[in-house]
Amino acid sequence: MTDSKTSDTETADLETFRNETRAWLEANCPPEMRKPATSDADVFWGGRNAKFSSEPQRVWFERMRDKGWTVPDWPKEYGGGGLSAAEHKVLRAEMGRIGARPPLSSFGIWMLGPALLKYGNDAQKKEHLPKIAAGEIRWCQGYSEPNAGSDLASLQTRAESDGDDFVITGSKIWTSYANYADWIFCLVRTDPAAKKHDGISFILFDMTSKGVSTKPILLISGYSPFCETFFDGVRVPKSHVVGTVNRGWDVAKYLLQHERAMISGMGERGVGRPLGQIAADSVGSDALGRLDDSMLRGQIASFDVDEAALAACAERAVDLAKAGQAHPAFSSAMKYYGTELNKRRYEILMSAGGVDALEWESERSKQGARPRAWLRTKANSIEGGTSEVMLGIVAKRILDLPGA
Amino acid sequence: MALVLTEEQSMLRDSARGLISDKAPVSHLRHLRDSKDPTGFSKELWQSFAEMGFAGLLVPEEFGGSGLGFMEAGVVMEEIGRTLMPSPFLATSVIAASALNRGGNAAQKSEYLPKIASGSLLATLAIDEGAKHRPLQTSLQAVRAGNGFKLSGAKALVVDGHVADLFIVAARTAGAAGEREGLTLFLVNPAAKGVAIERTIMVDAHNAARIDFANVEVTADSVLGEVDQGAALLDGVLDIGRGAVAAEMVGLSDEVFGRTVEYLKNRKQFGKLIGEFQALQHRAAQLYVDIEITRAATMKALQALDADVAKAASAVAVAKARAGTTATRAVQEGVQMHGGMGMTDQFDIGFFMKRARVCEELFGDANYHTEQLARARGY
Repeated sequence: MTDSKTSDTETADLETFRNETRAWLEANCPPEMRKPATSDADVFWGGRNAKFSSEPQRVWFERMRDKGWTVPDWPKEYGGGGLSAAEHKVLRAEMGRIGARPPLSSFGIWMLGPALLKYGNDAQKKEHLPKIAAGEIRWCQGYSEPNAGSDLASLQTRAESDGDDFVITGSKIWTSYANYADWIFCLVRTDPAAKKHDGISFILFDMTSKGVSTKPILLISGYSPFCETFFDGVRVPKSHVVGTVNRGWDVAKYLLQHERAMISGMGERGVGRPLGQIAADSVGSDALGRLDDSMLRGQIASFDVDEAALAACAERAVDLAKAGQAHPAFSSAMKYYGTELNKRRYEILMSAGGVDALEWESERSKQGARPRAWLRTKANSIEGGTSEVMLGIVAKRILDLPGA
Repeated sequence: MALVLTEEQSMLRDSARGLISDKAPVSHLRHLRDSKDPTGFSKELWQSFAEMGFAGLLVPEEFGGSGLGFMEAGVVMEEIGRTLMPSPFLATSVIAASALNRGGNAAQKSEYLPKIASGSLLATLAIDEGAKHRPLQTSLQAVRAGNGFKLSGAKALVVDGHVADLFIVAARTAGAAGEREGLTLFLVNPAAKGVAIERTIMVDAHNAARIDFANVEVTADSVLGEVDQGAALLDGVLDIGRGAVAAEMVGLSDEVFGRTVEYLKNRKQFGKLIGEFQALQHRAAQLYVDIEITRAATMKALQALDADVAKAASAVAVAKARAGTTATRAVQEGVQMHGGMGMTDQFDIGFFMKRARVCEELFGDANYHTEQLARARGY
């Protein structure tokens, strides 16, 4: 099989890009940023009130931002790096090679950005995308409501037309970091008479608007990453609707695909120390260097097999999308497996840690970092669509099984 | 390198699928089994395979082959898995061809590879001795005698053993069972004095044999690779075989799954299509996800083999372990969801279950490969 001339040139260009990227990362990524964040406080989320937890974190963020590499594949005009899919893959691989952490974590990058790029109008893209890329505005997601969880489309938050504005009243729940967010992307009901999927709009507004309030929810991990969010007659210009009024479900679903891809990514880290070695710290090894708990060792090895296989599948999903062969619902399959796998990882970590993994409040345990992280993972298979909802989507949309 | 088939690979798949589904649907295997066919595969079909360039797919062009890679071999294996076609492709064209190409000297290559490519020579690797795949436990003895060696011992699960024209035998020239040092591969003529071949009819109705070696004399020219240093060559060849079997299992799993989903869409009970029941929908969806992940892991392994056989061990272990658990799950769910029909011999689904069981044992089962990964990762 022979490659065409063009693909030879492309391959050569890609190699040049790889070499340049490797050299740039070597020179610019501070050593402290070449390991995973140890806690959520160590992650940089951006926003109006953002503070850097360390000097290396600031340096790393600013250098990456200046290259457009907080959002490497977004167009340059919106503050992105303008990289092709192939170049983006190279950058990810090179960052992975040295263990470089993402310079900026943001729902704007993972969720809203892709939806705005597809559905936003020119003014909306110019207004919001550069601020996401530069970490200036921190976003939160107003999707779930107390009575609209898995059945998201039954949401009841009302947006009533009043001249050039909508007036929004209702409440959201599980709004991640709403108490830190500057703006919200929100699903609201603009036509209560229409069928449930047909009367929803996707709208953006400032969290400092009059009538918005938030209340953190204390979770089993002892943390409050989620909030209840209340809207009491919040006035929002109609120009803030993304896409068409009453067609917000299309935007919502598209965004959910990205959200699910993001959550499934939580399961395939492959960075940091191998699970088997972490376990060896507490359970010890035998004379042959094998974990001194053969059943646990077997569980870890099975986990490693599945994790490596999932990583291959995630890579293939990107390649399929690039080749135009991806099924749009495939992110549901990945979300299901990735989140279940991440729960398995933490069950193993708890078992491996034994008594040491049970301490909740001590310096020694970093304030119970492991048990709190373990409890946090239980939300993975609930948030962004439960595992059961994901399996239902796979069954109906990919396998075309008859409706129940 | 993207984990999707190139245009050329898709064309290869289509032509393999065309030939195999036309000439060798599952009824072909059924006929070979029921008629107790002495060869166990169709020689005519093997000739067609050779004419289409499949027999010599991995054989370099200078020896009359197509000079393609393991990804392409995997494409063909996946199609073989879909209809369970009994074929010398695995033993001869993938494993033996790789062993000769990687370990053979100029004379050995030019003697055997062109014949493999033309479809006129069948060859196979004789490795397993005990009930489970444990290559380092090889204890078949090869002792120096004059200018050559004398081989004594026994092999089992030798694929195509009773029809092969050439055996590649793993033997111990030094050291004790369990050691890496002291393994040597030999090329042995099945007609040589002292070779006793017993065809073993297996659960899957595919070819296998037990072979006894009683002071079988071979010349020094029969050594493939280097004396005592065969472990590295063997590792590579086995990994290539494992990657190929994993691809066969992906094809098998995907086919069983497709048939099962079709059944869910047609079978009615309680006044409903059974595919409407959420209990079955979720299990089908889980199986789909498992198969897609295993497919990706298998492509990754074949790609790793193409890049560097010596560095592909972990990717291959992941693929073969996943392929084992996935295929096992696919055939079990396949039989269960077909209900009583799945238990009948008349229905094809049982053939898939039987073949999956043999593929799982071939060159190491899921437990074996999971263990290998744990060792490679140092815990």
